[in-house]
Amino acid sequence: MSISRRKFLGWLGAAGAGTTIGSKANAASNKVFKGYPDSMGVLHDATLCVGCRECEAACNKVNELSAPDKPFTDLTVLDVKRRTKNEAFTVVNRYDGIPESKGPVFRKTQCNHCLEPACASACFVRAFKKTESGAVVWDESVCVGCRYCMIACPFDIPTYEYDNPLTPKVLKCTMCAPRIEKGLLPGCVESCPKEALTYGKREDLIKIARDRISKYPDRYVDHIYGEHEMGGTSWLYLSSVPFEKIALREDLGITPAPSLTSGALGVVPMVVGLWPVLLTGVYAMSKRKEKIATEERETAVAEAIDKTTAEGEVKLSNAMAKAEKDKEKAIEKAVKTALEEAEKQAEEEAAAKTEAEAAKADQVEPDKSAGKDQAEKIDEAQTEEADEAPKTKDAKTNDEEES
Amino acid sequence: MSEDAAVDRKSIMTPFNICAGIIVIAGLIVTFIRFTQGLGAATNLSEYNPWGIWIGFDLLVGVALAAGGYVTSAAVYLFGMKRFHSAVRPAILTGFLGYLFVVVALHYDLGRPWRLPYPFIFGYGTTSMLFEVGLCVALYLTVLFLEFSTAPMEWLGYKRTRNLVHRLTLVLTIFGVVLSTLHQSSLGALFLIAPSKLHPLWYSPYLPTYFFVSSIIAGLSMVIFEGTLAHRAFHHKMDEAHKAEHNPLTLGFGKAASLVLAGYFSIKVIGIAAGNHWHLLATGYGFWFLVELMGFIALPCLLYAMGVREQNLKLIRFTAAWTVLGIIINRLNVSIIAFNWQLPSSERYFPHWMEFTISIFIVTLIVLAYRFIVTRMPILYEHPEYKDSH
Repeated sequence: MSISRRKFLGWLGAAGAGTTIGSKANAASNKVFKGYPDSMGVLHDATLCVGCRECEAACNKVNELSAPDKPFTDLTVLDVKRRTKNEAFTVVNRYDGIPESKGPVFRKTQCNHCLEPACASACFVRAFKKTESGAVVWDESVCVGCRYCMIACPFDIPTYEYDNPLTPKVLKCTMCAPRIEKGLLPGCVESCPKEALTYGKREDLIKIARDRISKYPDRYVDHIYGEHEMGGTSWLYLSSVPFEKIALREDLGITPAPSLTSGALGVVPMVVGLWPVLLTGVYAMSKRKEKIATEERETAVAEAIDKTTAEGEVKLSNAMAKAEKDKEKAIEKAVKTALEEAEKQAEEEAAAKTEAEAAKADQVEPDKSAGKDQAEKIDEAQTEEADEAPKTKDAKTNDEEES
Repeated sequence: MSEDAAVDRKSIMTPFNICAGIIVIAGLIVTFIRFTQGLGAATNLSEYNPWGIWIGFDLLVGVALAAGGYVTSAAVYLFGMKRFHSAVRPAILTGFLGYLFVVVALHYDLGRPWRLPYPFIFGYGTTSMLFEVGLCVALYLTVLFLEFSTAPMEWLGYKRTRNLVHRLTLVLTIFGVVLSTLHQSSLGALFLIAPSKLHPLWYSPYLPTYFFVSSIIAGLSMVIFEGTLAHRAFHHKMDEAHKAEHNPLTLGFGKAASLVLAGYFSIKVIGIAAGNHWHLLATGYGFWFLVELMGFIALPCLLYAMGVREQNLKLIRFTAAWTVLGIIINRLNVSIIAFNWQLPSSERYFPHWMEFTISIFIVTLIVLAYRFIVTRMPILYEHPEYKDSH
């Protein structure tokens, strides 16, 4: 590896910084966002709603949506439960058979314009924006169409143009943000004949709602739905019956959506910072272990070689000594034999001489060939012993190679 | 000449090729429908169910099962298990193909797929878990591409570039593990924002941890599972080292999977305890949760351990396939089966046949790409010119 550890950590640090720019992990902080100051909202008093669908008609008109199959004056559509659609940013539903109420209860559904919207928190291109006026608006120019906003929305509000193959939009109530900019009321609020909808500063709306509850404690459930749900919403609801009876979930809690993921997001820079340290450590440890193992193996091999060499040398010297001894012995023996033979010969010669002298006086010469034989024998013995020595040397070399 | 043609024809018209051909043609037809008539014509997605199997299976399962790449390269290069070196290349290849086709499949699901880079150009929605997923998947796909690129470069003979990339191995491995940790967990964290929609037995603040830990299990099991399949189909392509290392690898990864499964089982139980959801186990969803917990976590944990102790390779291979099935069930539970559990059945989602077609089409493309590459490039064997240079 030719990359220095410093360089490598620098790269990872840079990559980590890239993922953390601009993100905040406030899950454990004591900061509470109560909405932009003076932001606007709408109070929907379900006790006043009569289900006339005027708001639906107005919404359809101001948002220039396609006309529905049945006219807005047809109240039979209230027989089935409806939800927001691409063609209907708001719908009114009728809830029958609620024991707490004499007659049916009507409740309007639309985007609640959360103070800290789940859709905006979930969007990875920041296509959603909570404006300072209170509206949550969507920007078509950046939307990728992943629909994570729809997964995230606890109120199941955003809809999607599934039949549009190339430029599908995410659609929902905009709190009539364009109209508000012009100083107009939201379409639905303007059209409501029963004043079941009140547009105003959210803070004022909460006061109004409290007033109504305290003035008519028998008429209202003592709760303003949306004051704290999911961290608070810009749309607020009053009801005469428990909110879950009019399909407003009471199990959503008061945690704003961004807090649900901020903890997990907060771990990201920690992983980026610490994982490389841990992993490089693990790598270094395994590398070192390997190094030590190699060293140990090498030491063991060297020791074995040394041992074999030493043994070989001992063997060699022993063999040499033995060879030397054998050689000496052989020489001695040969010399002895030669001497004996020479003596014998000398004796024989002497005897022969005596005989010859006795017989023919000075005709016979002494035999020299026997003495020559003896000398050759000695030479051979010496050569054999010398051969043995190289053999021992060979054995030593073999040992070295094997080990 | 005509005889040769007949032979060629016979070798191409294998049952596998015919099936693959039919799937590819069907996939192309549905692709045409999807991009001309929209998601509405090809899927059963709705306002309540914006994510179907193209996210639940193609993305969540796809990424989890492609975890073999980082698990194997970390084991070999970082944890020093060099004896499994021959498993790295195939694991990196399947990881790379897995992620590549996750991104391909994502193009079907996105409304405006050509805007996929927008989050990193215009939006920078850093508060979104999906941003985190997108960034890490994009970076990790690049890492996998670089890690994999040595094989085609050896094949094509770009020796110098290959050696340059090869020197980055350690950095890429560490970077890969960091990125995998992040996006594997973030896929679980995607659902943290919807506590009101996901059943409490599956919803947990530990979701990111569950997804990360189970991705290790998925990676280990997939390496064993894929190895088994590869041995059946491409035995002739493997060198001696690969063949010799396969059985020890199966035993080693089986042992690791058993251990991690034991840990996963513990943290799943801790999750129930932390949320105090014991009473929910007695419900219908509770039964299904127990099937997952006991049948697909506790059981494979035990089977792997038995397989390793008895050196029973057959059992380990079966368990690997079983565990992979368990991971698929888990991801589908979180994204589809236990998601929107409170809605009436009329509002629930079941995939359209065209959604199945595209999912099968994508898997087929992965298999075909895998086959194309292993029959040409040095994946299951070492290139003779680059031996010992790993």
